[in-house]
Amino acid sequence: MNPRAENRGAAIDLAKVSKAYGNFKALDGVSLRIEPGEFMTLLGPSGSGKTTTLNVIAGFTDVTSGSLLVGEKSVVGVPAHKRNIGVVFQHYALFPHMTVGRNVAYPLALRGIAGAERERRVRQALDMVKMADFSHRFPSELSGGQQQRVALARAIVFDPPLLLMDEPLGALDKKLREWLQLEIKRIHRELGTTFVYVTHDQEEALVLSDRIAVFNRGGIEQIGTGRELYDEPATLFVGKFIGDSTVLRGDAATSGGETAIEISGQKVVTARRLANGGRPVMLLRPEKLALARRGAADEGRNRLAGRIGEAIYLGSGSKYEVDLADGSKAIVRSTLEAQSFAIGDEVDLLFSGSDVKLLADDDQADLTLT
Amino acid sequence: MEMKPLTRVILGLVCVLVAVWLVAPTLVVIPMSFNENKSLAFPPQGFSWQWYQNFFTNPDWSSSFLNSLKVASIVAVLATVLGTLAAFGLDRMRARPATVLRMLMLTPMVVPGVVLAIGIYAVYLDAHLVGTLTGFVLAHTILALPFVLIAVSANLEVFDRRLETAAASLGAGAVTTFRTVTLPLILPGMLSGLLFAFATSFDEIVVSLFITNPYLKTLPVQIFASITRDADPTVAAVGTILFCATTLLIGGGMLLLGRERKGRL
Amino acid sequence: MSALDPTTPSAPKWAGRAWRPFALTLPALLLLAAVIGYPLLTIVLRSLSEPQWGAQNYVWFFGTPVNLTVLQRTFVISAWVTLVCIICAYPYAYLMTAVGPRVRLALVLCVLIPFWVSGVVRTLSWVILLQDSGVINSLLRSAGFDGVRLIRTQTGVVIGMAQVLLPFMILPLYSVMKGIDLRLMRAAQSLGARPSRAFFTIYLPLSLPGVYAGAIIVFILALGFYITPALLGGPRSTMLSTLVQTQVLSLLQWGRGGAMGVVLLVATFVLLALAAPVMRSRYREAGRR
Repeated sequence: MNPRAENRGAAIDLAKVSKAYGNFKALDGVSLRIEPGEFMTLLGPSGSGKTTTLNVIAGFTDVTSGSLLVGEKSVVGVPAHKRNIGVVFQHYALFPHMTVGRNVAYPLALRGIAGAERERRVRQALDMVKMADFSHRFPSELSGGQQQRVALARAIVFDPPLLLMDEPLGALDKKLREWLQLEIKRIHRELGTTFVYVTHDQEEALVLSDRIAVFNRGGIEQIGTGRELYDEPATLFVGKFIGDSTVLRGDAATSGGETAIEISGQKVVTARRLANGGRPVMLLRPEKLALARRGAADEGRNRLAGRIGEAIYLGSGSKYEVDLADGSKAIVRSTLEAQSFAIGDEVDLLFSGSDVKLLADDDQADLTLT
Repeated sequence: MEMKPLTRVILGLVCVLVAVWLVAPTLVVIPMSFNENKSLAFPPQGFSWQWYQNFFTNPDWSSSFLNSLKVASIVAVLATVLGTLAAFGLDRMRARPATVLRMLMLTPMVVPGVVLAIGIYAVYLDAHLVGTLTGFVLAHTILALPFVLIAVSANLEVFDRRLETAAASLGAGAVTTFRTVTLPLILPGMLSGLLFAFATSFDEIVVSLFITNPYLKTLPVQIFASITRDADPTVAAVGTILFCATTLLIGGGMLLLGRERKGRL
Repeated sequence: MSALDPTTPSAPKWAGRAWRPFALTLPALLLLAAVIGYPLLTIVLRSLSEPQWGAQNYVWFFGTPVNLTVLQRTFVISAWVTLVCIICAYPYAYLMTAVGPRVRLALVLCVLIPFWVSGVVRTLSWVILLQDSGVINSLLRSAGFDGVRLIRTQTGVVIGMAQVLLPFMILPLYSVMKGIDLRLMRAAQSLGARPSRAFFTIYLPLSLPGVYAGAIIVFILALGFYITPALLGGPRSTMLSTLVQTQVLSLLQWGRGGAMGVVLLVATFVLLALAAPVMRSRYREAGRR
């Protein structure tokens, strides 16, 4: 809507923000800097604090302690209606007694914009979400996807420097969701405002975001691009939450710069060690694992015995679930050229020590995911 | 909706006032019923049980009380039977005639009491039903019918009729199906209808005032006569007794319900 | 017509059963016809036939200033009662949706307690409260104020009637309000609406169906009120019902009393008919969770 799109977003700075309800800490010292015009996704399981963070930024929830800057100005104590921040809700929150047109005009009316200017901007916002033909309908006459597009138009019509979205596609089916993800991306590019997007769907986060903040138990585990989170997870939780992964646990021994883990009598080694203590576990991405017939020679790589539990043909390759001797499962993705296996085949799992991510064990990483 | 503290306080105050306004008239009769003087002036003087004594010994009061009990009991049963049958009929009818008939059957709720009263009075004069038990029962039944209809219909609306089909498929005959499946499921609606019908009849005054005669008076008629004739604190005693009886009934019912719910958990 | 004949073997099964639901409603309908339909018809006929056939009773009713004054007063008092009920019920019903379950139970109890005690006794309570030697006046006097005349005034009648009718306003309002999605208020605030503005543009319009429903019930019931105005009111607050009763019981003027009753009846049903389309507004079911 504005030609100088690059400069229109507001920066957000959360520093040591905490929010407590009685003894329960919904947010525990969250610090997060979001750059102007950035698409930042807050990703995490339910109850991890991502929605609370969004509510804090929007002004629906007060902070217990910490500071919050929007556009370099502190907004702590500023009520929601004075913050000039667009919000899109999962439940659409369209006003049922107003037509689509009046819904979108509502924030303009509150700002004293009337007449032709108001009409022009309503039309422009509805055009942007491709809903201009529905201006005289009532929300109850629209599908969920259409309602959400109207809600988006209503949230951007007053040109807020910051748009917050709370799982906006959560109630829609997969196909519609994927299409709307691309629409949201396009709108973000055209507007150039800062977007903060909350979701529990890691694929959605990867599709949309410039950067992702992974939330867990009221705090941020890691902030980074999708690629950084996948390739260099800082914690076991992040490693497991983003993408498929295989986790190897066992008796660990560190000597010199090496860490060895013993699983059901077989020892695997990596030339890494944990920087700051904790029980080491190994995390491996599916494409870093290879399969070979039992006993086939492949020296220099780590080797674990297993049995194919599930084989899935994916078109571009195959995905295998391998049952390991200690009862855990490994996930392997192989290309079409690689040797194929059937369920029940005895195999060796091969991987080189340099592909291992060595992470500190976290008992609750599994619990919060299920 | 987040409210400012001031808004909250004002809202709370207004609601306390409204609550007092709702409840005070119910409670004010209690101190008046122990008045020593034959007066309804406030504050009451001294303490005495004489008005309670009067209620139980004076035939005007005790007989009207018994009449009311008799009429209300018959009305409760009759209205529940008729209302339940009608609710079933409407439930199984096509939508359009059902809507029309339902509206017809709810008219007793909106027809102004006095208009209905003079109409019924005119008909009863011709039919020699003034001051008869039959007269009271018929008039009160029609006034109580809408309440039963509403209560049972509400129950039928959530009643899954496939349960009846299921029972039939298991070999139950029409009567067995009704007795073992349908009846237990709509019983709550019938019971609340029964209560409402009893209360409606027990409390009815406008029509009763017209179709009463010195030989058959119900309690509200006697209360009305007493209020218009003199300041007799017996009325306050009656009000207190009714209040306590209802409180006991409702309190007991709630306790029973609560225990049942706990038992289920 | 053989398809409708239940004895014909080729008749569809439902044909023989279609009248069964009607048979179930028949006893109630017969009683309704006998105890409501026939009496009302009698009144209409008498209003047109006594002392002789014609519209004389209606001409008399609309030609006598006293009657018109009472008719107007009946509407004015009903309107006041409705207004008082709306003003008192709105915050009360709102609070019922906003508090925890314990306080809500207490609030509901306060609404229901008036039903626990006989309606006539309740009117007596109002006499005790409002009379010159009553609770309100003795409280006022002990606080050093002059007493006010409440009994046998229009104000007294409105206070008493509104208390009796208040539950009929609170309950429909509450059922509409508890269905309003409060998250819409949050959305309005995010769009820049002050809490008061959000209330007037979002919450109030969404709660109006409850106000309409309650108002129409209260107004119609108030029009036909008899006992409360008779006991709390004076000659200057007589309502139409009392006039009907006087004509029939004291003056034995069945025609005139009947005509008044018919006027009251027609007013009631016209109001109901006018209200029906408003109640079916298009967003009545919208805005629900």
